[in-house]
Amino acid sequence: MAKRPKGAIIGIGELQPVRYSEGKTTLGLIAESVQLALADAGITKDEIDGLLVGPQVGETPQHVPATVSEYLGISPTMSNTVDLGGATGAGMVWRAAAAIEAGMCETVVCVLANKNEKGQVPRSPNRNPIREFDVPFGASGANTSYALLKREHMEVYGSKQEDFARIAYWSRKNAQKNPKAIFYDKPVELEDILQSPMISDPLRLLEIVMPCAGGAAVIVTSEEKAKQTKNNAVYLKGAGEKITHRAVSQAPTVDQLPFAYSIPHALKQAEIDGKDLDLLSLYDCYTSVVAVQLESIGICKPGEFGDFVRSHTFGHDGDYPLNTHGGQLGFGQADLAGGMSHVIEAVVQLRGEGEERQIPDAKYALVTGNGATLSETTALVLGGEQ
Amino acid sequence: MTNISFPEPTITAVSKPFWDKIAEKQFFLQRCDDCAQWVFYPRAHCPHCFGSNLTWKEASGKGKVKSWSIVHRAGHPAWQERTPYAVGIVELAEGPTLLTHLLIGEQDLSYQLPVEISFQSLNERLLPFFQKKGD
Repeated sequence: MAKRPKGAIIGIGELQPVRYSEGKTTLGLIAESVQLALADAGITKDEIDGLLVGPQVGETPQHVPATVSEYLGISPTMSNTVDLGGATGAGMVWRAAAAIEAGMCETVVCVLANKNEKGQVPRSPNRNPIREFDVPFGASGANTSYALLKREHMEVYGSKQEDFARIAYWSRKNAQKNPKAIFYDKPVELEDILQSPMISDPLRLLEIVMPCAGGAAVIVTSEEKAKQTKNNAVYLKGAGEKITHRAVSQAPTVDQLPFAYSIPHALKQAEIDGKDLDLLSLYDCYTSVVAVQLESIGICKPGEFGDFVRSHTFGHDGDYPLNTHGGQLGFGQADLAGGMSHVIEAVVQLRGEGEERQIPDAKYALVTGNGATLSETTALVLGGEQ
Repeated sequence: MTNISFPEPTITAVSKPFWDKIAEKQFFLQRCDDCAQWVFYPRAHCPHCFGSNLTWKEASGKGKVKSWSIVHRAGHPAWQERTPYAVGIVELAEGPTLLTHLLIGEQDLSYQLPVEISFQSLNERLLPFFQKKGD
């Protein structure tokens, strides 16, 4: 059997995403998220001896784990900043398990949060190669980068606007069964997506996440300790990760994007097939990102996600439940915590706590994360049984 | 027009020769003496063989469009005033890919379209834009 990191998720906490978070600090949102996760796990903060956090936490660009430890009042024996953009949430889970196996700690809190204020500068200035060789030509920001990848997919494979729009349609549709979703009570039709304003052709407004504020935390512990906790633990069955580039101009061709490695690696470690998955909890900052993942799972061939999304259903009662919480397109993307929402929905479903959107007999979930421009990718297979 | 200027390249000691040549309307890239591969963007080491013998050599300035986008909402306010405009990824004849501004109308853009360099002034600095080959 392939060696895999062993660990179990015993607690989850997630703040309801909001458009703006006036009066809040990121450290405060982190603490709120951790409180929720501890309460869910039924443990105290004194049982936490590992901490994984995201980079550049609102109030501090450096010494992030120390600042967060002090703020929370914990003294971990392992801490780290995980800097994988949208893949950070998923990337934390296997890192926590690996640290536990290495004997550095037993119970790790993985937390991400983000404030969002009107008029705030969302990113610190940088001088990296993108700033030197992309931005001066008029390509600032993620929308244009992802538009370039979407165009390439359309040109290489002949995929159509409607194929991509169907992914956003299902996210919004699924969000109508999640009262915590930022687009709850705001359904859209396929036509609304296809006619929404063009942002960076071929990318339209309703194929893009809306920035918001929020936070999310999960608690990972050893399989032994997991058996002593009150919740049904969710186990890490497999993981895969691949980083290939940073700037979209340096990306491999669209048929060689890194999910083509990370997803099969996670499935292989879990010793299951793509068809065995009960939930696809796939990172969805843009519709095109879901498209390339569907093609990497092996449930449809490269270039054929359009046929696949036309011939299957993706609700909790569908044949391929996909982002049943609404995904980031429907639930909201609270910066890096948006990626953690996919981990949390998988835990909710595998514990059978999905209420109105519960998948029958959910056994295996694929959770993915994606950072930069489809460059930092992480995949996890989570399962409800050890 | 407002007084917001376009974001300038953040030139480093390693990349300066590239921009110095662009200012003279010349297109020079690094080529690895060890593995013979061309390198872009400029680096201190070859990302292919990790050798350190990179030499600046004149490149053809020709390539093909790998992808493109027509920007309607720019990520920077100075560029918003130019919308809609086209940016694209060009695969250079020498191998590397780069991101650039395309001086090509939406109707004329196509996958693998042959293009060539066109030095254009922005904020009084020359930048390597690309246009349809032969235009």
